[in-house]
Amino acid sequence: MARTSRMTMLVTGAVAALALAACSSGGGKQSTDQDAPAAAAADTPKMTVAFITHAAPGDTFWDLVRKGAEAAARKDNIDLQYQSDPDGANQANLVQSAIDKKVDGIAVTLAKPDAMKANVEKAAQAGVPVVALNGGIDAWKSMGVLGYFGQDERIAGEAAGERLKADGAKKALCVIQEQGHVGLEARCDGAKSAFSDMEKIYVTGTDMPSVQAAITSKLQQDPGIDHVLTLGAPFAMTAVKSVKDAGTSAKVVTFDTNKELVSAIKDGQVEWAVDQQPYLQGYLAVDSLWLYKTNGNMIGGGQATLTGPAFIDKSNVAAVEQFAGNGTR
Amino acid sequence: MTAAATEPGRTEATRDDRVAGRSLAARLLSRPEVGSLVGAVVIFLLFMAVAAPFRNVANIGTILYGASAIGIMAVPVALLMIGGEFDLSAGVAVTTSGLSASLIAWNFGLNVWMGVLLALAVSLAIGAFNGWLLLRTGLPSFLVTLGTFFILQGVNLGVTRLLTGNVATADISDMDGFAAAQKVFGSEVALGPVTLKVTVLYWVVLTVVAAYVLLRTRVGNWIFAVGGDAGAARAMGVPVRATKIGLFMAVGFCGWVSGMHLLFQFNTVQSGEGIGKEFIFIIAAVIGGCLLTGGYGSVVGASVGALIFGMTQLGINYAGWNPDWFKTFLGVMLLLATVVNVYVKRKADLR
Repeated sequence: MARTSRMTMLVTGAVAALALAACSSGGGKQSTDQDAPAAAAADTPKMTVAFITHAAPGDTFWDLVRKGAEAAARKDNIDLQYQSDPDGANQANLVQSAIDKKVDGIAVTLAKPDAMKANVEKAAQAGVPVVALNGGIDAWKSMGVLGYFGQDERIAGEAAGERLKADGAKKALCVIQEQGHVGLEARCDGAKSAFSDMEKIYVTGTDMPSVQAAITSKLQQDPGIDHVLTLGAPFAMTAVKSVKDAGTSAKVVTFDTNKELVSAIKDGQVEWAVDQQPYLQGYLAVDSLWLYKTNGNMIGGGQATLTGPAFIDKSNVAAVEQFAGNGTR
Repeated sequence: MTAAATEPGRTEATRDDRVAGRSLAARLLSRPEVGSLVGAVVIFLLFMAVAAPFRNVANIGTILYGASAIGIMAVPVALLMIGGEFDLSAGVAVTTSGLSASLIAWNFGLNVWMGVLLALAVSLAIGAFNGWLLLRTGLPSFLVTLGTFFILQGVNLGVTRLLTGNVATADISDMDGFAAAQKVFGSEVALGPVTLKVTVLYWVVLTVVAAYVLLRTRVGNWIFAVGGDAGAARAMGVPVRATKIGLFMAVGFCGWVSGMHLLFQFNTVQSGEGIGKEFIFIIAAVIGGCLLTGGYGSVVGASVGALIFGMTQLGINYAGWNPDWFKTFLGVMLLLATVVNVYVKRKADLR
């Protein structure tokens, strides 16, 4: 009995393997695999940097930030410890634990500056160099932080609003994927200050089918909406489907990019994206800590280093596309 | 239910009212889903009155799509709740299924259908694991599936990053079999002015099948029995283990249907999705008349609960109410639907 069942298992396994082999497909991982360009690492002593963000798990934007940080860490002979927590208090605790571990530098996002303030100041007092990125452009200087790498969300919003005006938009819909997120609200408010006829809609970012249905229903409710402004690349891709469902001719524009979005701009499904260069934010944050440690330099010279807003549209998408394929733009 | 057996010599007038038959209307009204049906009608009429786009027939497709995304999962979750258990991992398991199909096909360069089938195996295995662990440890399902919920969240993120280097799956729309699978899981049909997504069909079919199983088969009786009193059910010879594990696997199966839609509707799956949806499923089931304690409830009611949720979510957009208050409106509407539900039920029970 045991013998036959073992035989059965073997046969089943073999059949399964054959079936798998027979069902191979074009595309997939094989067609995207390529070696990353190897860069020589610096010969400075190994240092440890804690990289602490407010990223929600599974947000593609932060892939790009992290890849930039990792690239800089490889080059600078840095042991990078990436951590994230969208909750302000938890993120502050991560800063505290980095201080406890006596890291050589901390790169931190200050999306919730009030929650972060105490522990960031503590790090600065303990002699740990801290740089800020992505969020907190109004708050970083007062906390003893060395530099800031990011965009001003409000200015980026205004730029998007100006662009809508230049495009001849009549009425726009701003899609916020997380209610109560300061940075996202600032983008919408900035856009509204430059382009007044704009409505907001809140959607549940972790639930794509409901995002799609919600945007569709809003477009059906107000057929006058001719532009949909999303605040993250995955939501722009969903908005394209909503526009199709609603049967209107609204155009989709967005903040931030990822690989799929870059091809969507190329195909004309999405008009343009406001790019804040997340890869650069991660890279500069880590590299600036290395420069400070090894040579006492400060990138930005005490001022914020702006990484955006720049626009990606049909005219310049080709230049971005080759890098987006590597997952770095 | 049964006609009163009158003893010889007794007249109709002195019949014991404890065993009297109830009128058809009273029996209908005492069905667990009736309250939610009335609630749905109230919500429907309300939005018909205040939201002009709600009255447009062409928009029915959007509302039904929103409802079906919840309903496909609310049906098995209701069955499970009638069977006396919860599944907090249901929302994240949907994402796990979508990720599995995409990652398996992409990573090994397989036909997309192989990924779809293996994802089904993964989903059923998660369900079976939940059920097995529950019976093995004797812990409340709330705890066991809370554990799976966290485990799957981490696995979703970790495995996706490990294989792709990103937190979302790669676009697999250029792979063999994708177009065919998309027809099955992500297509739509136009019926006159209404465009219906295929999920609506799955939702209806699942509701009918589950309602039939629950009310007309022996398995259905087992589900009520294990939810009412597992010990008594076992003593009566009901296969409690098989029933409970089967229920968890039913949730797994529907999670797979849902996950495949997620994948083929959006081409990629974000690994952080699905968190919080488990409660929406449970809420839909409860609005539909399922008791949190098990042993009582209705599949049709859960589907109506999903419809109420879908109508409310989109109706608020259609009405153009201030979006800052969206969640507040949602909460008030759900309370309204539930209050109507309870009121109708109480009235029915008094008759």
